[in-house]
Amino acid sequence: MRIAVLSGKGGTGKTLVSVNLAAAAHKAVYIDCDVEEPNGHLFFKPAVIQEEEIAIKIPAVDNTRCNGCRQCVDFCKFNALASIKNQNKLIIFEEVCHSCGGCIMLCPEKALTEKEKVIGKIQKGMSDAVTVYTGILNIGEASGIPIIKQLLDDHKDTSGMPVFIDCPPGSACIVMESIKDADYCILVAEPTLFGVHNLNMVYELVKLFGKQFSVVLNKCLDGENPAEKFCIEKNIKIIGRIPFDTELGIINSNAEIAVRKNPKYGDIFSSLLETVVREVQHKHETTSHSQR
Amino acid sequence: MKIAVPVDEKDLKSKVCVSFGRTPYFLIYNTETKESVFLENSAAASTGGAGIKAAQTIVDNGVSALLTPRCGENAADVLKAADIKIYKTKSVAINDNIEAFIDGKLPLLDEIHAGFHGRGGN
Repeated sequence: MRIAVLSGKGGTGKTLVSVNLAAAAHKAVYIDCDVEEPNGHLFFKPAVIQEEEIAIKIPAVDNTRCNGCRQCVDFCKFNALASIKNQNKLIIFEEVCHSCGGCIMLCPEKALTEKEKVIGKIQKGMSDAVTVYTGILNIGEASGIPIIKQLLDDHKDTSGMPVFIDCPPGSACIVMESIKDADYCILVAEPTLFGVHNLNMVYELVKLFGKQFSVVLNKCLDGENPAEKFCIEKNIKIIGRIPFDTELGIINSNAEIAVRKNPKYGDIFSSLLETVVREVQHKHETTSHSQR
Repeated sequence: MKIAVPVDEKDLKSKVCVSFGRTPYFLIYNTETKESVFLENSAAASTGGAGIKAAQTIVDNGVSALLTPRCGENAADVLKAADIKIYKTKSVAINDNIEAFIDGKLPLLDEIHAGFHGRGGN
């Protein structure tokens, strides 16, 4: 089962929830899809056993073959190419290119060929029985999607261990890519008005994707919780409440895993894990039932 | 020689546009024939790479010099490859800049910004 943990903004507790759920499951896979700023590895401190570079394909030009016909320039929706006809020169803007390959297919002179450009890497490591995958996008690169694709493609078959996907913040393309194949989504929310605004963004997203989902309320205090109110109004299931707790904050800010540090937190996340597993199985039963 | 200026409207009395890549129109002015042609900038509505596309338009029109308040680095790369010189406009009045250019009084634009790339900016 693949469980994606997401939120509309950074700092709500995606990594706290996904890291501790994976640790509570003992034998699990944790995938950090927040490739622009992966931080799950800071908690797991995995011994890296494997590293793989991720490259995208971009066009390269042989200016001796280019006759300036401009089919590639006119085709490119991202304006990644420019043609200087009187100089017999085609210019390619690598950072603007979205790797669609269309220019290469169209070029009647075969002046364009594919070349690889490394944009980041994936690290695999172990932390106790948790397999930790970290996607890292090189600074200055435009899109981490190819890295996320590769991270998740490796885990299509999840018959065995639960897989926890730590998503990037927000609700943009990189988040869509991260939740695309998830069986279940956990939305982490903060008890503030700003938090509600951001919760609404990811709520709209998981609804659009037809995902089974629920909310974990983080940093809960006594008194009114706007995020809780939002969930009640929208009839969204709340499967967990994590208290606003100094001790938990200290453990987390020291990059330690609460579940492994204090049995009190072990209990909180184990019971959350049980609820999630029950939810996912319940969903499977109802879908297989409706397919009959 | 032909020179290009990004302008707000199809009118010589209009103003020089603050943006090169996303200007609505280009004035192409021929210094010998004193002929003015206004082109719509098809790059203005691009989601990205507007500077590159706008520069392509300038190149395709056989322009020798561009008069603009500013220019991004991708656009400047295209213009440089085509040996088009970039001059910095000194005011918003189109005519003043054309006259100053003809008199050799416009400086070359030496500050090429890194581009806004979807982040706007003024």
